[in-house]
Amino acid sequence: MSYHKMFVILLFSTFLAGCSSSIPVPDPEPTNTTYGGSNDNTNVYNEADTFGTSSDGIIGGEYIGEAAEVLENVIYFDFDSSEVPAENQELISRHAGHLSLNSFRNVRLEGHADEQGSREYNIGLGERRAQAVRQMLMIQGVDVSQIQTVSFGEERPESMGDSEDDYAQNRRVEIKYMN
Amino acid sequence: MISNKKLLIFIFFMTKSVFAELVIDVQGVSQPTPIAIVPFGFQVNSSIVPLDISSVIKSDLLRSGRFLPIDVSDMLQKPTDGADIYFDDWTVLGVEAVVIGKLIQGRQSDAYILQFQLFDTFRRKQLIGFRMPATSSTLRAAAHRAADMIYEELTGIKGVFGTRVAYVTAKKQLDGLLYSLIVSDQDGENDNVLMESKNPIMSPAWSPDSRQLAYVSFEGSKSSIFVQTLRSGNRFQVSNKPGVNGAPAFSPDGRKLVITLGGINGNLDIYVLDIVSRRTKRITTHRAIDTEGTWSPDGQYIYFMSDRSGGPQIYRVLAEGGSPERVTFEGSYNARPRLSPDGTRIAMVHNDSGKYRIAVMNLDRKDLLVLSSGRQDESPSFAPNSDILIYATRQGGDGVLETVSSDGLIRQKMASGQGDVREPVWSPFPIF
Repeated sequence: MSYHKMFVILLFSTFLAGCSSSIPVPDPEPTNTTYGGSNDNTNVYNEADTFGTSSDGIIGGEYIGEAAEVLENVIYFDFDSSEVPAENQELISRHAGHLSLNSFRNVRLEGHADEQGSREYNIGLGERRAQAVRQMLMIQGVDVSQIQTVSFGEERPESMGDSEDDYAQNRRVEIKYMN
Repeated sequence: MISNKKLLIFIFFMTKSVFAELVIDVQGVSQPTPIAIVPFGFQVNSSIVPLDISSVIKSDLLRSGRFLPIDVSDMLQKPTDGADIYFDDWTVLGVEAVVIGKLIQGRQSDAYILQFQLFDTFRRKQLIGFRMPATSSTLRAAAHRAADMIYEELTGIKGVFGTRVAYVTAKKQLDGLLYSLIVSDQDGENDNVLMESKNPIMSPAWSPDSRQLAYVSFEGSKSSIFVQTLRSGNRFQVSNKPGVNGAPAFSPDGRKLVITLGGINGNLDIYVLDIVSRRTKRITTHRAIDTEGTWSPDGQYIYFMSDRSGGPQIYRVLAEGGSPERVTFEGSYNARPRLSPDGTRIAMVHNDSGKYRIAVMNLDRKDLLVLSSGRQDESPSFAPNSDILIYATRQGGDGVLETVSSDGLIRQKMASGQGDVREPVWSPFPIF
């Protein structure tokens, strides 16, 4: 996430407002390395690799409309529920708006559960939450090919403790932009 | 003789093993049998004792909860040969059984004979006299085998001291968690890492010949199922379908896995995967979550968990497919079924008034017995003798392992210094 934020700041700082009727420029490709390829997060690129050496390409640019990277990307759920809380529905609509206007962009929806109960059932509950967000995105025009889901169940808690507050932090879906 | 209803015994092992500090918290109404394990004699060339054999046997029998070994300092004699035993020296202490033995040098420098004898002190007779060959690398296994023979002779139950346990640990590192898949002896010794990843590892499952483990790995941030051979370390990916690939368990013949697949639309159902051909056969078709499949020991049924009734309950279906039949009705949450190897009982995670605990249900009588006392207990797994279960519980914010006798009387916590320990699975009996 901080990587994306840095990227956005970089975009804004290099972009000259109104200099062109700009075409959205795809992200430089290695942004997905933050999430690890098949090598389990061992691929790490620094900014110089990504941005500093691009002498022959056009750098800079911004999305028309809302940049997805400034949006909150975590949606929290109630206990034993895969219903997207009403207060998060507008947030999902804004992600849907960005994705349907930029159909080359792909997201991974990472579903999570709290630590209560058995682990493989929690994989199911995390998947159900990710699918609930996926359905909302698709209803609002996002193409099926732009979305993949993964459930980590209770295996990747955001908060490590055993209190109800910790559990509430862990029942979530993270919307991650892959390109 | 021993009338206190709760025994607290602490043992500290000087090892690097995951259970480096093994805290044995024996609870229940059992009355452990007083036993003496006399320090073994060493008739070996080396000045270094290759292994303290009597300590290994002693801690095995102690951890079973059925025996209370007396202190060496209380012993009136320390024989290493049966001819030197004075039974009165033991009956006066209330000791019912005595184990003596010695390690004898073989012809090669790294060849030994482990000899032991078990005596009934009140009947004044020998119950077992046995010797077996060993090398320095097999001495520990030989000591466990001696403990197994002693245990079976005295209790009538097959010992599991020669078996192993697989489990997953998660250790905090600066950049997140490091997940490890580990196999150790059942006492925590000889722990070996089979696989490590920055992405989660889940759901280890033993092959029936105990030579392979199936597990779920999230490498590449996507779940897939692997089968890894322990000895060689070779592994192959057996399922990498879109969406959830989870919950593997071997069929009794070792040729198939029951797995959970979710597909792109995330509808988790039970499938049977032929390991060689990689062909899958769908067993359940329901919009609810169906997962955590496991075979009955006779191979006839697949038991699984489904929340089709609104909450998680256990069902079973013929392994060839058919219409599922509900198995559990008591309580609002019953998940992660595992059958006892003798096929008479089913262990599960059971929500007992807001707490997730391990329960066992007799398949004939349908009576549910809650065995654990934690708040977040999970992943029950039977020992191959069907008499003990291992499972994960929480202690001070970390996962630790606990064992409990299947009657619930003897419960032991295995404290760990290695981060969060979870998903223990007990190996089958080794095949020699």
